[in-house]
Amino acid sequence: MKVKVTVNGIVYARDVQPRTLLAYFLREDCGLTGTHVGCDTSSCGCCVVVMDGGRAVKSCTMFAVQADGHEILTVEGLASGAALHPLQQGFWDQHGLQCGYCTPGMMLASYALLKQNPKPSEADIREGLAGNLCRCTGYQNIVKAVQQAADKMREPVSAGR
Amino acid sequence: MIPAAFDYLRAHSPDEAFAELQKHGSDARVLAGGQSMIPAMRFRLARPAVLVDINDIRDLDFIRMGDGTLSIGAIARDSAVERASWIGERRWSLLHDVSRVVADPVVRQSGTVVGSLCHNDPAGDWTATALAARAQVVVRGKAGTRTVPIDAFLVDSFTTAVSEGEIALEARFPVPDDRTAGSYQKVERKVGDFATAAAAVQVSLNADGTVRAAGVALSAAGPCAVRVDEAERVLVGQKPGADLIRAAADAAAKKSAPQADLRGSVAYKKNLAGVLVARGLRQAFGRLGVTI
Repeated sequence: MKVKVTVNGIVYARDVQPRTLLAYFLREDCGLTGTHVGCDTSSCGCCVVVMDGGRAVKSCTMFAVQADGHEILTVEGLASGAALHPLQQGFWDQHGLQCGYCTPGMMLASYALLKQNPKPSEADIREGLAGNLCRCTGYQNIVKAVQQAADKMREPVSAGR
Repeated sequence: MIPAAFDYLRAHSPDEAFAELQKHGSDARVLAGGQSMIPAMRFRLARPAVLVDINDIRDLDFIRMGDGTLSIGAIARDSAVERASWIGERRWSLLHDVSRVVADPVVRQSGTVVGSLCHNDPAGDWTATALAARAQVVVRGKAGTRTVPIDAFLVDSFTTAVSEGEIALEARFPVPDDRTAGSYQKVERKVGDFATAAAAVQVSLNADGTVRAAGVALSAAGPCAVRVDEAERVLVGQKPGADLIRAAADAAAKKSAPQADLRGSVAYKKNLAGVLVARGLRQAFGRLGVTI
């Protein structure tokens, strides 16, 4: 089936089987391997991407054909050129990652969270990321990273999207 | 794990979706949020030959309040209920509670209320909630559109009143009066796991403080969510109190018919069902200003 999916502003026209999952489409058909597959069963959140500007979705639990005609944001689309997105900068500054496997999903789930709630409390962040598992950090620094990003993105002239 | 091959059809209107479902009959399944269907397909527990995707039907993406009814369209997401402007009102406290514990926050951005009812998982959250709130489901079939009370809608595990070629279009919850409160209590091992046990309760009080109406239902307590009619009977007409709550909880534990699994034994789960109904009733009455 022919699909056209806009990923990070670029249109990818591909021929896929309907059963191709969005995570594998992004990784194998688009070559965007920043989206990780962890549990492969919708539990861990490693594969989270953002659809149509605001909805976080687990890309292992959605078919690529469902994204036909829609916009997807992956971790590769966060930075503007050399300038990191405030979420990326936050994870860097606050040591929000160790092995990095969960990080793309953490950042994209946070991206959708901050769209809905630009000024989240610590509890809001912990609740908002409850569907994303990290086995390294103990979450403390991930929460700090998202808090830093939220503060940065609320500044009048934001460097972010 | 990759699902078995299928044909994908995207519908743009309820009519188009219905026509495709009529055409393909038992081969076809509706794809809404997909948060239960796609995992089931990946595990090859489900192998539909045709998927009719309804996600682009804007007409089914609504949450409306009117004529004493809250209507939730077939592709309204769980997260839309969670963020609804009225969700903080006391009368909606059952929906408030449940909307925060379905799966996890990312899954709730795709998962739908109507889809959850249609899936009718033995441990579903919306099914027990719909029973306690006395909801209805609007189903379109060959003979036209009909409104099915939730008790008749939930037939058995993963089986509902939606037959081959039919589609559920919306869920309807009666708007409770302002002396109503509810509670949803769920024990799960971790975020996103199936409930070990869960209880949905909703109570309305008369002006004299006695219970006018009660809804009590359990999830993960049998083949599908179940109404605890005995607890409802016990509650109605009485003044809230510790003995009353105990009697309702005992009825719930008795009604619960769970299966033993990694989450616990039958005896534990039956006891837990009673404990959760008691907690739920205490919280619901507390929300109405009655401390027990």
